[in-house]
Amino acid sequence: MSLTTTSPTFGSRALGAIRVLISPRGAVFLLLAVLLVSVTVLNPNFADPSQFIRFIQRVSPIALVAIGQYFVIVSGEFDLSMGSVITAQVVIAGNLIGQDESKSVPVLLLMIAFGIVVGLVNGLVTTLLGVPSFIVTLGMMLALLGGVFYVTGGSASGNPADGFREIGRGGIRGVPVFDIIPWAVIVLAIALVVAIWISKSPFGKTLIAVGDNVTTQQFSGVRVWWVKTRAFIISALCSTVAGVLLVGYAGVHPSVGRGYEFIAITAVVLGGVVLGGGRGWVVAAVAGAFALEALFTLLNFADVPSTWRDTIQGVIIIAAVAYSAVAFRARRKTRTPQASPISGKEPDPDGDPAQSAHTQQNHGG
Amino acid sequence: MRRSINTAAAIVGIAAVVALAGCTTDPSVTTPTNDPPPTEEINWFDQAVFDKQDAERGVTPEGPEGQPWLQYINAEFTDTSAFASPGAKKVCFANASISNPWRVTGWITMNQQLKVLQDSGAISEMETRDAQDSDDTQIADIDFFIEDGNCDLFLISPNSTAAMTPAVERACATGKPVIVFDRGVLTDCPVTFIHPIGGFAWGIDTAEFLIGNLEPGDKVVALRILPGVDVLETRWAAAKKLFEEAGIEAVDYFTGADPAEIKKIISDELAKGDVKGVWMDAGDGGVAALEAFEDAGVDYPVMTGEDQIAFLKKWQSTGITGLAPVYSNFQWRTALLAVQKIFAGEEVPKEWILPQKPITASELDAVLTVNEGMPDGHYATFGGEDLPGYPEVWQQRIVP
Repeated sequence: MSLTTTSPTFGSRALGAIRVLISPRGAVFLLLAVLLVSVTVLNPNFADPSQFIRFIQRVSPIALVAIGQYFVIVSGEFDLSMGSVITAQVVIAGNLIGQDESKSVPVLLLMIAFGIVVGLVNGLVTTLLGVPSFIVTLGMMLALLGGVFYVTGGSASGNPADGFREIGRGGIRGVPVFDIIPWAVIVLAIALVVAIWISKSPFGKTLIAVGDNVTTQQFSGVRVWWVKTRAFIISALCSTVAGVLLVGYAGVHPSVGRGYEFIAITAVVLGGVVLGGGRGWVVAAVAGAFALEALFTLLNFADVPSTWRDTIQGVIIIAAVAYSAVAFRARRKTRTPQASPISGKEPDPDGDPAQSAHTQQNHGG
Repeated sequence: MRRSINTAAAIVGIAAVVALAGCTTDPSVTTPTNDPPPTEEINWFDQAVFDKQDAERGVTPEGPEGQPWLQYINAEFTDTSAFASPGAKKVCFANASISNPWRVTGWITMNQQLKVLQDSGAISEMETRDAQDSDDTQIADIDFFIEDGNCDLFLISPNSTAAMTPAVERACATGKPVIVFDRGVLTDCPVTFIHPIGGFAWGIDTAEFLIGNLEPGDKVVALRILPGVDVLETRWAAAKKLFEEAGIEAVDYFTGADPAEIKKIISDELAKGDVKGVWMDAGDGGVAALEAFEDAGVDYPVMTGEDQIAFLKKWQSTGITGLAPVYSNFQWRTALLAVQKIFAGEEVPKEWILPQKPITASELDAVLTVNEGMPDGHYATFGGEDLPGYPEVWQQRIVP
């Protein structure tokens, strides 16, 4: 009692911090913290800086696809082609660079160009032809995987030169405390800074606005097709960079990248980004990627039998997302009189999400 | 009202999950969750088959020297004079899939063998239907061949054992010869069933090698591609039993053959403690496993992979203590050679058990010389060295 009266600022600040953590926006950070602490309890080595930096290294490709997927999802679309773009890029690197290190830069440029073309096609077919992005990118996924199979005959010719693989596998050695700073961690740091900058730029804000309500944005003169297409290009480029990291980390194999589109969507949803667009924070999406990988590590350290892993992973993911949904609904209930945070949607006196607001409107009209 | 029920349900669900997650984070509580596996072990482990395959490993195969694809172990021959007939025949091939590098390698070899048999006038054509790993599709494929295929012989590489049995029986009922190879079916109606010794023999070869090179109490990480496939499950069932008997601590993981996944698993295991051995139920991704040891800066493990080129090359360059078990890829070729024998009225083994001999360190260099220039996903026991197109067709991996 005396503690709260003597230091009210501390108490209220702590309360505020807790409120943020249990809010849907901060839930992913709470989940991440819980997972990291659990991992460390099971294996104290994990907290060793040289081990932890390796952990960040291996999350990097997943975090990159989460960043790419974030921009697409927040604009109200899906990109299911991310994993297959990674696979295609990995195979391109393996087949074209081979053991000739001097080809690294030209092939890298080719890979970037390939990524831009994939994003452009995804974006233009979705926006200009009006085909749902779910279908467009699914088709792109099948086309790319089929192409990879045709080119490789189900087997890549071999890993590219070690110099090229260094990006995903090596790093700056002899660093105090960390021992090694992997290039992948530096790439992720740069990508994250760029992503934050993009989301704060006018383009990033328009993207969210488009995801929230396309019609109002069209009326206010936004070139929706170009905004969304750029999101798809960012996504394909993120996959490309992830592919470069993975070809170093893992090597060339037609299975590299498999399932990454769903890992990315899961990470983004864990990060509290709303499917259908209009709300989200790119940093939380990256935290979602870290949480997913921490969960994987936790299951490894906890000696969970292999037959149980997928089930436990699935249940925890559902629970985490369900928690944010429930917490979000509860929070909206407590501040009924305020305007809805979803701009362009009716404030909701009942506290129930959009559904009831819409039905009321329909009844009225 | 409805909302409060929903909320209550959600809270109950979350509480359950928290409890579940709590269990998994507490190492002392994880052992009891091993309860379910016993039923699984009983499913895949079969002592009689284990003993049979164990004995077959020691049998010297009969048949032509230097042509393992025509050799056989403990054969009981079946008379095929009823099928003897002159002229080129049409073969209808119901293939489970070409969805992994092992099957692609076999498929390429098979097509080169087909060219030889077409040139010699034994086979007119081979019509192939690829079931893309689907039981339903393969049943439809077989029924199509029976009704409309105008086939002289049915060649079947089953997608799964139980599900394909009735379709194979329908094919047998036509009175035309049926050949089954690779995975089996639960009927002996086919003229011949062609396969290498089997998964238990693989498990025994690999486990004995690791046990012989390790001390009791050492840890082995077992990397498995996917659950539920009999030819893979039997490999693990045998190895697991032997590891347990020898006091080797073995933990298994499913990897999907994804090298990124394999590398993470090994890294985490190395963070937990020493890993002395790596066992694989298929060698795809073996290189990533060894790279994880390099990245962690620790000594290489004793390892069993497979006769896949990527693993063999890594084995040669690192000089690890290794063994490459094989699931003889040349059986794809044997299947077509059996067609020729059946229409010539020559007797064939009812169960044609092909040799399945692991590649040892002393043979490694010679094997890699024969397979010079082959891509990473190629399998060394493809058995096509004397076929037209060698080595370019396999080097370019030209998939028909």
